[in-house]
Amino acid sequence: MLSKHGIFERHTWLLSIGILIVVAIGGLVEIIPLFYIKSTIEKVEGMRPYTPLELTGRDIYIREGCYVCHSQMIRSLRDEVERYGHYSLAAESMYDHPFQWGSKRTGPDLARVGGKYSNSWHLAHMTNPRSVVPESIMPGYPWLAERKLDPEEMAEKLKTLAIVGVPYTDEMIANAAADLEAQSNPEADGVEAVATRYPKAVVGDFDGKPGEVTELDAMIAYLQMLGTLVDFTKFDAAGPNLR
Amino acid sequence: MAAIEKRQEMSAFSDALAVLGAALGTILGLYLVAFSPDPVMKFHGALLGGTSVLGALYVLTQLTGHDTAAREFYHDGPIKFAAVAAVFWGIAGFLVGDIIAWQMAFPWLNFDLPWTSFGRLRPLHTSAVIFAFGGNALIATSFYVVQRTCKARLFGRWSPWFVVIGYNLFIVIAGTGYILGVTQSKEYAEPEWYADLWLTVVWVAYLVVFAGTLMKRKEPHIYVANWFYLAFILTIAMLHIVNNLAVPVSFAGTKSYILFSGVQDAMTQWWYGHNAVGFFLTAGFLGMMYYFIPKRAERPVYSYRLSIVHFWSLIFLYIWAGPHHLHYTALPDWAQTLGATFSIMLWMPSWGGMINGLMTLSGAWDKLRTDPVIRMMVVSVAFYGMSTFEGPLMSLKAVNSLSHYTDWTIGHVHSGALGWVGMISFGALYCLFPWLWKRRGLYSMRLVEWHFWLSTIGILLYITAMWVSGILQGLMWRAYDELGFLKYSFVETVDAMHIPYIIRAGGGLLFVIGALIMAYNLWRTVRSEESVDAENQPLVAAAPALRSTFAAAE
Repeated sequence: MLSKHGIFERHTWLLSIGILIVVAIGGLVEIIPLFYIKSTIEKVEGMRPYTPLELTGRDIYIREGCYVCHSQMIRSLRDEVERYGHYSLAAESMYDHPFQWGSKRTGPDLARVGGKYSNSWHLAHMTNPRSVVPESIMPGYPWLAERKLDPEEMAEKLKTLAIVGVPYTDEMIANAAADLEAQSNPEADGVEAVATRYPKAVVGDFDGKPGEVTELDAMIAYLQMLGTLVDFTKFDAAGPNLR
Repeated sequence: MAAIEKRQEMSAFSDALAVLGAALGTILGLYLVAFSPDPVMKFHGALLGGTSVLGALYVLTQLTGHDTAAREFYHDGPIKFAAVAAVFWGIAGFLVGDIIAWQMAFPWLNFDLPWTSFGRLRPLHTSAVIFAFGGNALIATSFYVVQRTCKARLFGRWSPWFVVIGYNLFIVIAGTGYILGVTQSKEYAEPEWYADLWLTVVWVAYLVVFAGTLMKRKEPHIYVANWFYLAFILTIAMLHIVNNLAVPVSFAGTKSYILFSGVQDAMTQWWYGHNAVGFFLTAGFLGMMYYFIPKRAERPVYSYRLSIVHFWSLIFLYIWAGPHHLHYTALPDWAQTLGATFSIMLWMPSWGGMINGLMTLSGAWDKLRTDPVIRMMVVSVAFYGMSTFEGPLMSLKAVNSLSHYTDWTIGHVHSGALGWVGMISFGALYCLFPWLWKRRGLYSMRLVEWHFWLSTIGILLYITAMWVSGILQGLMWRAYDELGFLKYSFVETVDAMHIPYIIRAGGGLLFVIGALIMAYNLWRTVRSEESVDAENQPLVAAAPALRSTFAAAE
């Protein structure tokens, strides 16, 4: 049989087509079913798109490479559930373009960090991590508080995400700039509108600089919502949609 | 006469195409400089425009009919460029790697600045070693090997130059992008949409040059090294395109959002990620092994049958292994199980390749003692065997529950990257430089010895430190006290890593010093005719055309 292999060695086209067929199979079998097997993504209550401020924080999280040291994926193992909370569901990252599950925990998992620390703790920690955790090896990010956000960029970002399938409504897109500012200013008029459009959105002057919307506002707003959307009192892990 | 005229016509056509392409690049670059609101995009537009202008000017000085210098049969200019680039990027990539290793031991080294912080430098390190060092080594050796084993000149007049220059332009765009905060965060696929598009164009040109050369070969059969190079080029094209599907926020801006989300995106990413290992770092470098080890040892490949069996089984099985990066996550269990199963099976073809490489030395084992270049390549194959045993082990769910998210993974990657990819590339570069620059041998064999020992000891320090810190941290995370509570807080496990991190950074430093010695040795080889220890170098170290002369003289 091996003598027949000569045909591949004499024809570049045959060798190329043979390689392409052989290397295509594994990916087709493993990736395509994930798009149509319904139990892949659990049915849960509470998932919503990111608010403009959270989304900006998420973009900064990506820009600074936070994912190289922090996972956002609690595995279904006893110690992880005890340390970080309920294991992560596929549904919880269904609006994540791209996903941020990570691959390394130089720092702790962040999938459910939302609400675990106060805004002022995050403010101190992002500026100088060793001021609150002396043994930490995390870099400081003092420049985030110095950089102001441009609300005008938001609508285009939401529109782009709507194209790839995130359910941003026209109303959300139209109010993107206003929502960005309102979420970081508890005194603003638009606070209630933000909470209506994006349930559970945490409003606050995260960076301690009233009147300014900075990258640090966005980053802390993002961290404070991580893992808080799904209501696990209503999630039936043994339900019909269990994997 | 007709044949010569036809060739002149073809090459004039190539000149015109090259100038046209460069003009397009210039216009696009200028457009981005003028109209992009994003300063990084302006900068990258300037890079594209500037490179295009320089390229066009060079082509115009070399127009058909004006290049009077006699043409050599093989086209080695682009190979020399890529070989030098591999050395340059290798040192840059190893150095950044060692810097970030020290940052993990001493966090003040991040300097609290955006451009020097770990999160931005780590992708710079991984891309510089994988794509800049590894990629240039692969392009250089594949262009060398395909010409020699096909007895044919590289396909295309300017295309090979376009491939090497275009590829290195991609590297610069990607690397400066990371430092300036442009990334899409998919590991080993961090460059944004516009850099990805540029790489796609370059990669198609690479495929055309490589397959075009195979098609005009004078040998009846395609040599085994070329199967691996071809599989590497084709599969990387497929992986790159699918994993980088994205929608840009605006045409003149750097930001985009990936098409897939969550679990599907995770699966696609690790399908890509694991096969960046399988095809970029394995298949491509196996191509290197299949040419340079037999050549240097002056022995035929051990088994033709084994090479057929392990080639097809390796490329078939590798593609399935991605889900082992996602054990116990929200990826469905069926996919995790498939990933683990195929990862275990992968052990066999991997060791098939190792056996074929090692056993090629049958009857020539004495060369391990006398030729440090051979020794480097053989140790590289031994590291390949070790890391392809460790990999399937770590893909078992039980082992993975401990090893995942820890430094064990980092150590595993580096036994493959420093040991296998690094050492086989060093061996190939030590062969290539005297062969390309037509020298009697390397400047100094003693310096190769130094490089060999420094890197071997450096790698061993690195991976043992990572075994200690990885397994220690994994065990600490799951340790319980007598009352059934978690025993350690997270930061206590971070604190425990401090000494292993220092040892790892020290091992990395030895590896960097070894690479600097190599760069010096290769630079002296290019610069001067004389070797300090020519008598200690085998005849095969000399450029092929010179060997008969030297053999007669000796």
